[in-house]
Amino acid sequence: MASASVYNPVGFDFSNQVRNQFLQEKGLPLPKATSTGTTIVGCLFKDGIVLGADTRATEGPIVADKNCEKIHYITDSIRCCGAGTAADTEFTTALISSNMELHALSTGRKPRVVTAMTMLKQMLFRYQGHVGAALVLGGVDATGPHLFTIHPHGSTDKLPYVTMGSGSLAAMAVFESAWKPNMTREEALDLVRDAIFAGIFNDLGSGSNVDACVITASHTEMLRNFVKPNERVEKEQRYKFRRGTTAWKKESIKDLIVSEEITPIGGQVEAMDVS
Amino acid sequence: MSSLNDVAGPQQRQFNPYTENGGTILAIAGTDFSVIAGDTRQSEGYNIQTRYAPKVFRLTDRAVLAVNGFAADGNMFVKKVKQRLEWYRHAHAKDMPLHAIARLIQTMLYARRFFPYYVYNILGGIEDDGSGAVYSFDPVGSYERETCRAAGAAQSLVQPFLDNQIYFKNQQPAPGTSFPAHLPLPIVLKLVIDSFTGATERHIEVGDGLEMYVVLAKGRDLSGLEGIVGLQELSTKSDGERIFVIRRELKKD
Amino acid sequence: MSIMEYNGGSVIAMVGKGCVAIGSDLRLGNQALTVATNFEKVFPVTDRIYLGMSGLATDVVTLREQFRFRVNMYTIKEERDIEPEAFAHLVSSTLYERRFGPYFIEPVMAGLWKTQKGEHKPYIAAADLIGCLNFAKDFVVAGTASEKLFGVAEGLWEPDLEPEDLFETISQTLLNGVDRDAFSGWGAIIHVITPDKVITRTLKGRMD
Repeated sequence: MASASVYNPVGFDFSNQVRNQFLQEKGLPLPKATSTGTTIVGCLFKDGIVLGADTRATEGPIVADKNCEKIHYITDSIRCCGAGTAADTEFTTALISSNMELHALSTGRKPRVVTAMTMLKQMLFRYQGHVGAALVLGGVDATGPHLFTIHPHGSTDKLPYVTMGSGSLAAMAVFESAWKPNMTREEALDLVRDAIFAGIFNDLGSGSNVDACVITASHTEMLRNFVKPNERVEKEQRYKFRRGTTAWKKESIKDLIVSEEITPIGGQVEAMDVS
Repeated sequence: MSSLNDVAGPQQRQFNPYTENGGTILAIAGTDFSVIAGDTRQSEGYNIQTRYAPKVFRLTDRAVLAVNGFAADGNMFVKKVKQRLEWYRHAHAKDMPLHAIARLIQTMLYARRFFPYYVYNILGGIEDDGSGAVYSFDPVGSYERETCRAAGAAQSLVQPFLDNQIYFKNQQPAPGTSFPAHLPLPIVLKLVIDSFTGATERHIEVGDGLEMYVVLAKGRDLSGLEGIVGLQELSTKSDGERIFVIRRELKKD
Repeated sequence: MSIMEYNGGSVIAMVGKGCVAIGSDLRLGNQALTVATNFEKVFPVTDRIYLGMSGLATDVVTLREQFRFRVNMYTIKEERDIEPEAFAHLVSSTLYERRFGPYFIEPVMAGLWKTQKGEHKPYIAAADLIGCLNFAKDFVVAGTASEKLFGVAEGLWEPDLEPEDLFETISQTLLNGVDRDAFSGWGAIIHVITPDKVITRTLKGRMD
């Protein structure tokens, strides 16, 4: 609430900027947000697009989320993988997904991948790289399958196979050695899985599971946790504590069940005459 | 564009001789044994340099040294410690006692006070009196004998877990009972494995493999080691202290 | 030093069998100096949702009021209590609105949501300071002792703990985690939320 006004302005709120600038000038560095160290890929095949992503989110060297979702929904036949600042990829794709739906409603047509790409790059360019989203956008529309990468500053590429994130080199090595035109769905899915595997196992910023998404003209299939090659082994021992292990000083119990007790007073009351 | 003023100023060059190679080490002392463990991943930044770079080394039949930090310094340091121990063996016809190795490591580290070996050392083994011992060091030689210690990238993840499970910190014993001062070998091995699998889950620099060295006091039977798969003996004599190594896989992502 | 470490403090939440638990330490510091030992960082949102915040204390207090206002507005408009998932997104959007001038807090949420059949299912979530949500099936942590809490929780937590067992596990995780952190500790508080009651206990912890 920047002011007492009932009007809520849209967009970002910069009212903490002055304070934070002051703190920064005092030598306190801005804390860093969760980033998805990430391997994300996309690849073109005979009938459409396959997108892939790992599921690790990191805060420095610590794994913040072992199974996060990096393939975001844009429209029924367009999806977007996000790397970089996790919050930015999450909100940017959600905003563009929203605008794509409105666009579809107002034009009465199925929206195109280039439209999403243009919306994304224009937004990212407007923020001059401060919105730290590196994206792989893929989908199928009236003009066929399309695959793009969008960099945080707003530049884009259109290629038959793409990778992004800290594991992009590992994944691209797989694509460069095995990608070929007109692959079948199975070949493409295997290739994408291997590319993500390369990221998961060789890049420390990527890990856990493989998410994949196959988009064709008729159907979109989201394969959440397509492969889980990194399940934790069973622990050697159980660590359940004896009840009463922890010492505590004070207890208060809030009862959430509303109980009602009726105490009849003044003897037997005659039933109301309802005749 | 640089102006003439910039050029006129003093030119400075810098070379940083150190890097951090990740990984974690851990040691726990029992009454008549000690366990010294470390993962085998070596990394720099987001890259894995190798999935098998040992960080735990057998020094004598009763001493094991774990080194963590800058791998090049660690390897050099172990080499020099081993050399000093060999000289001692030639001079005195016996292995150096554990407490003496600890003091030797202190002087060797402090000798490099102003260009330190960028490593955290944990020394584990059997003391002359037959008790299990763990000594932990900082990079410039400050040291202490302890019951358990974790060091390296995931120190902050593992140490509080050990405080709770080894020292029973913040736990109240059941009425009429008390907590043991030292845990038996099978429990210690379980705790070590669970510490490393836990650290592997949450720290990106920990993983690939686990090496656990077990040092048993002279005359102690092998109880606690029976039935362990892949147990390998490294001791040179069968009538003195005995050293074993247990290897396990860790997650590779 | 980062602004996130200025006042210190840590928060944790865990899932149990049909219940959730959330807790925080009680320290309020001014860098290395402890100023107060009764600074709770977990607040009730509805009967069955609790919100914990670690980070800059001024923002913790500001946002507590901000969320109280927004949840009240929601309750009035909708004529029902907010559900945990909706609340998590409310927190997330509130923080992301300030993407380029953030509040220096990391929120942790724990609650129970009601299924169509009327059962109560556990829900926990955490976010970073600009609102990136992290739903977890096991536990979430935040604050200056987060690394330690991750380590201990990864060792101690197991699925399907009954409320009383969950209390022991979250308490041990929190106490042992903050004892290795100079900026957290000085006592702790735990709330265990079950379908029919909320148990709040102030723990006996190290005061040094």
